[in-house]
Amino acid sequence: MTPDTRDSRPTLAVWKFASCDGCQLSLLDCEDELLALAGAVRIAHFTEMSRTSLPGPYDISLVEGSITTPDDALRIQEVRASSRHLVTIGACATAGGVQGLRNFAASGEYAGLVYAHPEYLRTLDTSTPISAHVKVDFELHGCPIDRGQLLEVLTAFLAGRRPVVPGHSVCQECKSRGTVCLVVRDATSCLGPVTRSGCGALCPSLGRGCFGCFGPSDSANTASLSRQLAEHGASDLELARLFRTFNANAPEFLHQSVALGAASPGRDRTTSESGAGS
Amino acid sequence: MTHGSQRERTIGVEGISRVEGEGSLRVSVRDGTVTNVALEIFEPPRYFEAMLVGRHFSEAPDITARICGICPVAYQMSACAAMEDACGVVVDERVTALRRLLYCGEWIQSHALHVYLLHAPDFLGCADAVELAERDRPAIERGLALKRTGNLLMETVGGRAIHPVNVRVGGFYRAPDRDVIAALGEPLRHARDAALATVRWVGGFDFPDVVGDYRYVALRHPEHYAIERGRPTSADGSDFDVAHFADLVVEEHVERSTALHARLGGRHYLTGPLARYAINGDVLPSIARQAARDVGLATRVDNPFQSIVVRAVELVAACDEALSLVEAYEPPDPPATEVAPRAGIGTGATEAPRGLLFHQYEIDERGTILRARIVPPTSQNQLTIEDDLRRVAQAGLDLDDHDLQWRCEQAVRNHDPCISCAAHFLDLEVVRS
Repeated sequence: MTPDTRDSRPTLAVWKFASCDGCQLSLLDCEDELLALAGAVRIAHFTEMSRTSLPGPYDISLVEGSITTPDDALRIQEVRASSRHLVTIGACATAGGVQGLRNFAASGEYAGLVYAHPEYLRTLDTSTPISAHVKVDFELHGCPIDRGQLLEVLTAFLAGRRPVVPGHSVCQECKSRGTVCLVVRDATSCLGPVTRSGCGALCPSLGRGCFGCFGPSDSANTASLSRQLAEHGASDLELARLFRTFNANAPEFLHQSVALGAASPGRDRTTSESGAGS
Repeated sequence: MTHGSQRERTIGVEGISRVEGEGSLRVSVRDGTVTNVALEIFEPPRYFEAMLVGRHFSEAPDITARICGICPVAYQMSACAAMEDACGVVVDERVTALRRLLYCGEWIQSHALHVYLLHAPDFLGCADAVELAERDRPAIERGLALKRTGNLLMETVGGRAIHPVNVRVGGFYRAPDRDVIAALGEPLRHARDAALATVRWVGGFDFPDVVGDYRYVALRHPEHYAIERGRPTSADGSDFDVAHFADLVVEEHVERSTALHARLGGRHYLTGPLARYAINGDVLPSIARQAARDVGLATRVDNPFQSIVVRAVELVAACDEALSLVEAYEPPDPPATEVAPRAGIGTGATEAPRGLLFHQYEIDERGTILRARIVPPTSQNQLTIEDDLRRVAQAGLDLDDHDLQWRCEQAVRNHDPCISCAAHFLDLEVVRS
């Protein structure tokens, strides 16, 4: 990729913050489309893929990961300033990710548990989504994102239209693929009614309750679901754990886990199961 | 340093954070001699060992999968092994076989990604695979097809390729039907041919003349190339029980890295393809051994740049092994052994594509995690990678800064650090005085 000033293709940049790299890997997992995509856009900055890094501005920036360090809080400002469209990809970038569980811990507590010398580290006490720092043009959810949805988002921005990514729940996907409801069938705890679609209702099709990878759906009624699941025997601790994983700080999930009264399930070792079903 | 006393003070949960991503590199040269090399890793720490405390033991596979999007299966498998060990459960052999099949998918996906998209461009002077495709499109298409088959395997057994959802402590949520697994035979036969072509392709690359001084450590299983289980073994033949790993491997927190540096018996060591090949070459499938012989690969490889050939040989092995598992497939019934928690400590180790991955948990009688320790391959390999850099930089001092920088980046990518963008992001500073 030699820089070519006559190249009129739109430019694409991919940025990483605190994350597992799985969402940017989704781009490389588009095995059938990757070379075509690399023809349609100029991949100007994508560290996981190329040594080349061209200077901005960029037409589209895909941002993976959450903000967890003072340096990254500054770097995201630079990314925003050099991007025409900024699209966040995945639960870390849209909701703070699994590392957002630190938001429930006392300041500095986690670093001391993991590192011998916390004083070597320069980190923040919180993990926050990109939208808490800069304006975001589109958020693509999922842990990980769905590569079909990623291609839709890229295609839409290249065509100058709004991406078509539904905000309805996993329940609807179960119905359309004919999966019998696990809550009804055997009282499985399932976040399907309040979780955004996109995975294709994978877990219920395997006989497993949804555990919320895609975060809250549009108009998610988490309180009602919690009451229903509690009637089926789920304890408050079990439910709080369900809401506190990869999208723990998405507002609807956060409010519900707080309402369930559990201290962070990541921290409180004394929480009893005795409140089951209450 | 004072890690020993610090560990005592920190309630014994001292472990490490994940290492994918950003690193930088400094090489100092004085009077024609490399005097200092430092690989700095400043990937933001994510504190997984701390986040796991208080969680239910059944959540460990899904939570730890999020450490790495490239090798989530490795995390799931080591977590399951450790929890089953803690609870005194031995899973059905059919579950083990299905886990091995899933793991083969991850090896194929990850090795194809590394060989074709991340590593090969270095040998051919290309900035990336897109540029390489302009020169040799069939090669990149072959790599993408291989990668697609690895992903297909993971989707079929695990539900999806990144962060599979079908894995649980004790086994699987649902065992795939026979015909679904049988349908993998055809693409796997193509993939095995593509893997053989890969060995021939990378076997013909030019390799800088560098020989490392490695102390190899890998899991070993008497019957097959160790992936999902085995006993930690050194190339000199000494071995030890996985349960002793946490006592024998000492990790140190140094200022320049958010990955802890691991030592075994006071010395650094190397895990990953070079180690596995040296230790387990005798139990490679014969087709993989033959492919290695055909390109003149010795039974032990100490040139780190040839790791790409070893990785290709492992691609052949993973495809061949997956084919055998597909042909012998019996759905486990039930798909999982019920695992009841009990108070105790459990350990588990498996071979991630880039090296040995160790997990240890202490849980209480309700299954609540009290302590977690995770030692990933990159932490174990980091000191050896620095050693390599010293050697490679010394041997390449006649190169100009641009070429020396590239050569050093390539030397880091030789070990497929988790993940290679750590190397892609290298900011090399050569201080010549």
